[in-house]
Amino acid sequence: MAQGNNSIKKILIVAFSLCIVCSVIVSTAAVALRPAQQLNQELDRKTNILNVARLYEPGMDVEEAFREQITARVVELETGEYTDEFDPETFDGFEAARDPATGRTLSGDRDIAGLSRVENYATVYLVGEEEDPDQIVLPIRGQGLWGRMMGFLSVEGDGNTIVSITYYDHSETPGLGAEVNNPRWQAQWEGKEIYDEEGDLSPAIHLTKGGASNENEVDALSGATLTSNGVTNMLQFWLSEEGFGPYLAKFRSGTEPEDAENTDTDFEDGEGA
Amino acid sequence: MADVNAKSVLTAPIFQNNPIALQILGICSALAVTTSMSVSLVMALAVIFVTSLSSFFVSLIRNHIPSAIRIIVQMTIIASLVIVVDQILKAYAYEMSKQLSVFVGLIITNCIVMGRAEGFAMSNTPGMSFLDGIGNGLGYGFVLLVVGFFRELLGAGSVFGFTILPMVQNGGWYVPNGLMLLPPSAFFIIGLLIWVLRSINPEQVESTEFKMKENSKPQEAV
Repeated sequence: MAQGNNSIKKILIVAFSLCIVCSVIVSTAAVALRPAQQLNQELDRKTNILNVARLYEPGMDVEEAFREQITARVVELETGEYTDEFDPETFDGFEAARDPATGRTLSGDRDIAGLSRVENYATVYLVGEEEDPDQIVLPIRGQGLWGRMMGFLSVEGDGNTIVSITYYDHSETPGLGAEVNNPRWQAQWEGKEIYDEEGDLSPAIHLTKGGASNENEVDALSGATLTSNGVTNMLQFWLSEEGFGPYLAKFRSGTEPEDAENTDTDFEDGEGA
Repeated sequence: MADVNAKSVLTAPIFQNNPIALQILGICSALAVTTSMSVSLVMALAVIFVTSLSSFFVSLIRNHIPSAIRIIVQMTIIASLVIVVDQILKAYAYEMSKQLSVFVGLIITNCIVMGRAEGFAMSNTPGMSFLDGIGNGLGYGFVLLVVGFFRELLGAGSVFGFTILPMVQNGGWYVPNGLMLLPPSAFFIIGLLIWVLRSINPEQVESTEFKMKENSKPQEAV
């Protein structure tokens, strides 16, 4: 190695030109591949939504099926009404939760799902007719054993009967907690009911050990008590009045949610049902 | 590395001088990404790509790299290549990149890449360095695939996603070994693999550095 390489001038030249070359390569790759990456993320989300609505078949055209069968709407959680304030295509619940304008901090005892902040609006996906949907797909998330679990829950048009549940992002133990995505476990959710006879906004659905005995119980994951608790807690949270409770109540009572302009009175009716 | 000819540079790292089995480098990612064969394969390809090209570029400019900042220069080249690989995976193998998650990014810290750049590419021609990179990547990939094979077969009853042993959860007879899906199992398999390789090539066995004192006998200890 020539001694001249270690002069300060040479060091600066080499370092500077190397940085320029590398940054050009990296940014070219990032910019050139971004459209393909976004397409993939979008496709992945849509595949998961179709999957939880039990419409997904391997090899199908996800984009087309999604366009034909599913409508995305943003719901204001507190009132349960649709809002046009945000574009459902771009609305990101997780980002919204962090923004003081669209999210709120949860106090300790209400924060059963371990979220610390929650958004005031959420995107729901309606399967079939927008006015009278066959299914409603709700985004859910919460703390599992090792980290945040993100998933979708699909509910029938009556706002009470569960179709399926799926998690698209979690870090649970393989073979134990990660069995949340085992099709055989997911299958037993079908036909379960979120709310009990009392008709209030507190969800009754929960995981239980030793065999499910009624419509509000689902068999817990064996060997994964803490993951099961996480699933129960996030359902209890997202289906309560903090989450989609008021929205689903409208389907249960038969008053469909409307657009935000003329809604104030409808909400009172919906809740009383 | 006395004799530098293309064939030995390319093949030696696979068995004789395997980066994982002999040099015990790059263990961390070998534990993390070997739960299934397909993930191991993609990881191996990514590492081959990064090791070969980083060695090539480092070797190309080796006469201009000031020795004072040579580690940083190598790091910059490696990091850039890793980001490119990560971006390509996200664009064309999205499912795979989700499973590999941070471990693609962690190729930057893989000792094999850095070790080859510093140990070989800094003092050899670009062509040889490129082959050396491929060879070491192959050696790494070989171990990854062997470990991945056993972990996927025993942990999930399949190979490359095809069911070989039908699992109890899916109505079959095979009770999977859950330990195989967790990182510690890779330690056992790599350990056994090193044992096998060193039984075949006894010259790989390291000489004893020190001798343990015999345990004191019970009556003396009292």
